[in-house]
Amino acid sequence: MSNLNINAIRADFPILHQEINGYPLVYLDNAATSQKPRQVIDAVSHYYLHDNANIHRGVHKLSQRSTDMYEAARGKVRQFLNANSDKEIIFTRGATEAINLVAQSFVRPKLQAGDEILISHLEHHANIVPWQILCEQTGAQLKVIPMTQSGELDLTDFDEMLTERTKILAIGQVSNALGTINPVKSMIAKAHAKDIPVLIDGAQAVPHMTVDVKDLDCDFYVFSGHKMFAPTGIGALYGREELLNAMPPYQGGGDMILSVSFEKTIYNELPAKFEAGTPHIAGVIGLGAAIDYMWQIGIDNIAAQEHHLLEIATRKIEALSGVTIIGTAPEKAAVISFMIEGVHPHDVGTIFDQQGVAIRTGHHCAQPVMEFYDIPATARASFAFYNSEEEIDALINAIQKTQELFA
Amino acid sequence: MSDLRELYQQVIMDHNKRPRNFREIEQANHLAHGNNPLCGDKLVVYVKLEGDVIEDVSFKGSGCAISMASASLMTEALKGKTIEEAQAIYEQVHKSMTGEETDRNLLGKLEVLSGVKEFPARVKCATLSWHTVHAAIDSDHDISISTE
Repeated sequence: MSNLNINAIRADFPILHQEINGYPLVYLDNAATSQKPRQVIDAVSHYYLHDNANIHRGVHKLSQRSTDMYEAARGKVRQFLNANSDKEIIFTRGATEAINLVAQSFVRPKLQAGDEILISHLEHHANIVPWQILCEQTGAQLKVIPMTQSGELDLTDFDEMLTERTKILAIGQVSNALGTINPVKSMIAKAHAKDIPVLIDGAQAVPHMTVDVKDLDCDFYVFSGHKMFAPTGIGALYGREELLNAMPPYQGGGDMILSVSFEKTIYNELPAKFEAGTPHIAGVIGLGAAIDYMWQIGIDNIAAQEHHLLEIATRKIEALSGVTIIGTAPEKAAVISFMIEGVHPHDVGTIFDQQGVAIRTGHHCAQPVMEFYDIPATARASFAFYNSEEEIDALINAIQKTQELFA
Repeated sequence: MSDLRELYQQVIMDHNKRPRNFREIEQANHLAHGNNPLCGDKLVVYVKLEGDVIEDVSFKGSGCAISMASASLMTEALKGKTIEEAQAIYEQVHKSMTGEETDRNLLGKLEVLSGVKEFPARVKCATLSWHTVHAAIDSDHDISISTE
């Protein structure tokens, strides 16, 4: 059990208090995107109502205020990830853009035909496709760590897969499709023993657990704000300062320069070098507010509540006949992918929605995982700390209704 | 739940469980692959045309109840029809799914598909087989279409 007062927490999320098709909304699609607490919505709205101006330019008061708020949020992200310096935090549109940035600015200049990029079978498309594009551009090869039937990484041959040709290891910390928590810390240590840099895709990890990039010892860490109670369109890249310093800019434009002439442009220092153009200032401020909110609740409390929900939901689903959970790793985030015998996941999604239960159905942007299990799609319930035990009962009820309809 | 019963009517459930014309046609002279990447519905539609008459039509594949039932019902409705008649039927089906006035005589049993009009996210499941048969007839080689 956790120490959280769920009713008080739910009061912070105005969107949860509505009916869908005559039933109370049961929002179990948190791995796709989380809902936003009033504190985040208010921070964004307050910014537009009182402080909006462009940052890092303009001597007027509003511009100074905007700049201060923007940079204060960077400090929060630095602290949230336990990075060394604010210079190591680059704001991006999300995890996807951050991975593309690292692929193009860090890995591409070092790549030669025949070099290798190592990812895993569990990855989200965002941690597959940018590397494939890079392989097409350079003649490098994509290598894939296999997975097991329970949805864990099969690390039997991991040591052999780390070769002198491996130019980066890029791994998700938590699988979005199955919830598996990967042993990234020991994988990073093994990669580093062979001087292979490591990027961790933390999109599914940051909402649920304390992340410490120094403890992990990763070289890059990426995440999206919208999965951790912040607005969409904002995320961050953590990179070791010396690596970011040595990298060429990803995009050119305003804010990322010190001086521009037609003969020569001098790039700005970190982190501005990687933040071309006017950024998503309100999003950054919302992200800062989301981090404040998570700190206020307590990340350990969040993790405990979600683990509690995962255990109850898993036990109740396992007790049903005709329902199979896909992904049964011992270490999991609060994600349950499942199949109802004889019912296509897409039908499951529609029938659930009619009872107010919002889940994701489909391939979850992880088609290789679906192919591994030889299924077109799964139904996926994913929990946040604001979900209640009553909502698990609504989920179970929805499964039973579906089975009745298709009996 | 009443809209659900409307969508998952007995006819739909029956065609999903026991799809008609669920087979390959060896002498098919037209075929197309249909793919609904978002939800993973995949099917192949086989057509044997004699002149402009659909002598035989069948399908194979997997997908949700709506896509399977729609494909099954489609093969029943189009068998023996001319291309022109098939086109007229398809137009009626499309109208029924978007809530427009339809000609019930032409639509017949296919009216059960109109339940999807309350479920906009599911319309493409119901139309997949129809788009695919259309592509098959229009093309003289194997063709792939996607509803995205």
